[in-house]
Amino acid sequence: MTLSEATINSMVDDLPLPQNMVNTLKEDAIKAGVTKKELEEIIQQVMDNYGYACVEPCEAVGVVSAQSIGEPGTQMTMRTFHYAGVAEINVTLGLPRLIEIVDARKTPSTPMMTVALEEGYSDSRDEARKLAWQIEATHIGHLGDVTTDLAQMQLVVDLHEKTLTQRDISVDGIAGIIRDKLNVLVKISEEVDYQIIIQPNQPSYRELLQLAKNIHNVTLKGIEGIKRVVIRKDSDEYTLYTEGSELNEVLKIDGVDVTRTYTNNIAEIYEVFGIEAARNALVKEAMDTLSEQGLNVDIRHIMLVADIMTCDGEVKQIGRHGISGEKASVFARAAFEVTVNHLLDAGIRGDVDELNGVTENIIIGQPIKLGTGDVHLVATKPVKGESV
Amino acid sequence: MDAMASIPKRVGEIRFGLLSPREVRKMSITPIITADTYDDDGYPIDMGLMDMRLGVIDPGLICKTCGSRAGDCPGHFGHIELVAPVIHVGFNKLILKSLRSICRNCSNFLLEPQRKNEYLEQLQQLKIMGHSTDDLVNDLFKEARKTKVCPHCNEEQVEIKFEKPSDYIENGEKLTPTEIRERFENMSDDDVRLMGMDPSNARPEWMILTVLPVPPVTVRPSITLESGQRSEDDLTHKMVDIIRINQRFQENREAGAPQLILEDLWELLQYHVTTFFDNEVSGVPPARHRSGRPLKTLTQRLKGKEGRFRGSLSGKRVNFSARTVISPDPNLSINEVGLPYAIAKQMTLPVNVISRNLEKMRQYVARGNDVHPGANYVIRADGRRIKVTDVNCTDLAEKLDIGWVVERQLQDGDIVIFNRQPSLHKMSIMAHHVKVLPYKTFRLNPAVCPPYNADFDGDEMNLHVLQTEEARAEAEILMKIQENILSPRFGGPIIGGIHDHISGMFLLTRTDNDISKNDALDLLRKSHIRQLPEPAGYRDDGEPYWTGKQIFSQLLPDDLNLEYVAEVCFKCDECDRENCENDAYVIIENGELITGTIDEKGIGAFKGHIVDKIVKEYGSTKSAEFIDDMTRLAIRAIMRSGLSFGISDEDIPKEAQMHISEIISNAEDEVKRLIEAYEARELEPLPGRTLDETIEMKIMQKLGVARDKTGDVAGNHLGLDNSAVIMAKSGARGSMLNLTQMAASVGQQAVRGERIRRGYTGRTLPHFSKGDLGADAHGFVKSSYKSGLNPTEYFFHAVGGREGLVDTAVRTSQSGYLQRRLVNALQDLEVQYDGSVRETRGVIVQFKYGEDGIDSTKSDYSNPETIHSIVKSVTGKEVEQ
Repeated sequence: MTLSEATINSMVDDLPLPQNMVNTLKEDAIKAGVTKKELEEIIQQVMDNYGYACVEPCEAVGVVSAQSIGEPGTQMTMRTFHYAGVAEINVTLGLPRLIEIVDARKTPSTPMMTVALEEGYSDSRDEARKLAWQIEATHIGHLGDVTTDLAQMQLVVDLHEKTLTQRDISVDGIAGIIRDKLNVLVKISEEVDYQIIIQPNQPSYRELLQLAKNIHNVTLKGIEGIKRVVIRKDSDEYTLYTEGSELNEVLKIDGVDVTRTYTNNIAEIYEVFGIEAARNALVKEAMDTLSEQGLNVDIRHIMLVADIMTCDGEVKQIGRHGISGEKASVFARAAFEVTVNHLLDAGIRGDVDELNGVTENIIIGQPIKLGTGDVHLVATKPVKGESV
Repeated sequence: MDAMASIPKRVGEIRFGLLSPREVRKMSITPIITADTYDDDGYPIDMGLMDMRLGVIDPGLICKTCGSRAGDCPGHFGHIELVAPVIHVGFNKLILKSLRSICRNCSNFLLEPQRKNEYLEQLQQLKIMGHSTDDLVNDLFKEARKTKVCPHCNEEQVEIKFEKPSDYIENGEKLTPTEIRERFENMSDDDVRLMGMDPSNARPEWMILTVLPVPPVTVRPSITLESGQRSEDDLTHKMVDIIRINQRFQENREAGAPQLILEDLWELLQYHVTTFFDNEVSGVPPARHRSGRPLKTLTQRLKGKEGRFRGSLSGKRVNFSARTVISPDPNLSINEVGLPYAIAKQMTLPVNVISRNLEKMRQYVARGNDVHPGANYVIRADGRRIKVTDVNCTDLAEKLDIGWVVERQLQDGDIVIFNRQPSLHKMSIMAHHVKVLPYKTFRLNPAVCPPYNADFDGDEMNLHVLQTEEARAEAEILMKIQENILSPRFGGPIIGGIHDHISGMFLLTRTDNDISKNDALDLLRKSHIRQLPEPAGYRDDGEPYWTGKQIFSQLLPDDLNLEYVAEVCFKCDECDRENCENDAYVIIENGELITGTIDEKGIGAFKGHIVDKIVKEYGSTKSAEFIDDMTRLAIRAIMRSGLSFGISDEDIPKEAQMHISEIISNAEDEVKRLIEAYEARELEPLPGRTLDETIEMKIMQKLGVARDKTGDVAGNHLGLDNSAVIMAKSGARGSMLNLTQMAASVGQQAVRGERIRRGYTGRTLPHFSKGDLGADAHGFVKSSYKSGLNPTEYFFHAVGGREGLVDTAVRTSQSGYLQRRLVNALQDLEVQYDGSVRETRGVIVQFKYGEDGIDSTKSDYSNPETIHSIVKSVTGKEVEQ
């Protein structure tokens, strides 16, 4: 007699197995139409197999993970710039990127975003284009030519009509923004179409030249910090790729799919989505960096690194300013970097080293409390006359 | 052996603190007042820096303080009474912060009493929670500094400035260390606590030294040069300076010298004490030796890679180790290491003599120390160590008794640890069984090269002999080669066939080559197989023959079932599976290789599916046996036909050469056209790229395609009868790209992923005209290695090659540091009995290791396929899609 789906579920659901194993087991059992006896047998065997597949207690998983990520480092390329996915955007790859991830830098050397679009935007090139203009930071240099008129002590900006319509910016708008941001006199030329005349507050050469410089830094449209946006069609929808990353700002724009938009700046993900998202981003970024180099590293190792970086609720660096610098043991810190300062500080604070870690015990010259060193056997002396 | 007798003690904890003057005097054995070390007879002066009571360094002498010999005496401190207090350099920052936050009049911490109590409570809380108090203490300092009028005595506070190296300026006048010390002395214990200090272990006034401890002579041993002259340690030199100035200061002060001179001397004393602690303080000229070399004082001894912490304490030196060049020996098992007799005779392991091995041990001792499995030392029951020599060996063998220990020479079967630096992963240190062999190198099976990352171009390796039963058992169970076939990095095999093993297997299993009985027996001679299977057929003359696949199948376990796509796969659009015309689809049924060629994907290190499967299903012993037999079979197989490569293997027919040069000249023409379009400004730039970048990218792409095309042409003319092609296709060594470069065209040379642009203004070399964008002017090498490069090509090739070299050098240092940081950050993590991962403080890092608690090397036991097969085996129904 085959079991009903509900019975199978009730038998399988509470097993102490990882979720994916439970799911496969359920599916298989339903597909094969097992009897109760068979299912019990199957569960027994699966449990045995799982038990065998588990890590053994006292295993020094930290060192194994560190080595598993560090060892292939020698095989990675050093080339900072490479083209990934989108040919137009440079992304740091290989060893420098891995170091960057582990360093928990505030900004990566090549920040990049993948902006997914909502329905209605993702299937039309024009809508995508419009969004792209909304995101990409537009400067005066993109829109027209700036000439410095020394005789009249003014800047003359000749705007390109085509670009303006393309980017959906009006002459009045530009004039307004420049007026607000630089606090100068801005006039729209009456003689020539699409011409703006800007005058410094005081008619001095210094002011004028300064103005000519500053005007290029004014963001007229889009998000400051996003230098370029590239539109690409992936499978059947348009996606935007940006050079520069401003997750918080981009998510505010209508038409951006908040659930699928991604940045390679982990600090930003932490700020916007929180620590769990940052942890997952760390895993993804490290995994992608390694597999892009053709290196096969088990995800568990990377997860461990990501977890230790984030387990305090903030993204901490692997190194002197992060995990290694916050270790409990004075000796462990002194043996890593900036030896003398750690010793002096320990003296001042009256620190106590409880000698629980690896380095400390090596320094003292006694067995470490890890792996086989963590197991203690106590033998009872056999009583006379009793056979063992 | 004394250590064995007593129960080993464990250090529970270590407490840090500052030395108070009282403590310094208490632990001092004598005040040091004379700057001289030895008198005219070469005898140490009493109360001098080399006072006999400070410890012994000369062998044979006995310490005047503790009565032990050199080596046992830990040394004893002395002290110098400083005439005037000086500042300890290491605490300059803290002294400044403290001075700024206490009242200049009443020494109270500059906070309202109420605030103080609040902070004290917070500090207490943090301490109980085990958190760092640094941030809070810094906030406190900042808040106190802002207070302008003392809330306790209403004294107005004055800004204190710090001037390098150790001057504190208040109201334009320098505060003397005495004044600072006085202020600190008046602080209450609670105020001291507010500064993050523990008043019982460290009071602020102890940061200003009044007494200087003199390190024992064991810390600063003097060495006797060949000339009989004594050369003192850097620290001794520094101490001499301090004592001299100290004396002069005292004399001057007693003589009533003018204030100016006293101040100078005081500063000089400060300088010497500063450099005694740290000779690299910024703003202080380093104290130098007579030769001009900067002295290595206390800080320099502790700091850095070769310093005390990283160099001596974390990196320990050992006995019972050996190092020599390695060389291959395919006849050894992967679990073995060939050990030269010369080393085996030197290295020993202790054996406790008991009733059951007494006779055997007698034989070892009786052979002496010069006949191979002999003994080098015996340790009597009373702990005396006696060297075994030719003279006393028979005598000792007779006297040998239960309770003695024999230090026996290494012999076949002993377990040792073998290591090659850099030890980047745990497989860099593994255990082997000894096989004592003639000659002078360590021998190892070439199949274990990948985990060690070893080759035989002069690599050296280290070997360690384990000295306790526990260690040997641990090595046997956890560290043996066969236990480490699977790498935890990716859960696959890291030990397997390499180079010739792969090409050999490829040649053996590729075609249906018929193998005569003689040959078949010869192929399998070195394996454990002793019987041939049924012949595959009979030749015309009635002689039976076997196929290579059959021979290989003999090594496989009888019930092995496996299907995979081999490395030689051409990645056709539609896979014909077992009917693959390249014989690239491997099917093994019940231990019989039905179709497919065995290559890197089958038996190679990193990729070998068969090795992987055997380890996971049949255990480590079986897999070690398989790898042993397989490598030997492969080598025998490759010996049947031989595999060699010479310059003539790079020959391609005339018409192919014509074809290649045609492709290249076509590409050059295309590049020319591109350049013309570019110069005429007709080139459309790629989105987001400048015109210059666009043309570079286009040219690069054109030339890349051209090189690949030439490679294809060459590849078409070099078939699987070419040994380089065999190696490349089977995955044994090299790639088709290497072959292309040798036979067809080397291709574009690049620096930082771009064509070569550096050199003279406007051009790379004077051979080209300025602004030339053509292929050959920017590092395109159209010749092949075989045809030879012309001078400009040769130069560009060297440019590209240099980048590769620099890259490797930089990369090794960077990835080494990354590795060090990772290991340092993660080394304390351990899986607990409840499956969670915690660090030493008990902080939970993962609730379940890797989210599923599964070991990467054993993850196959929990994957869907395993569940499918379990369900299938129980119900007999297929559930896979």
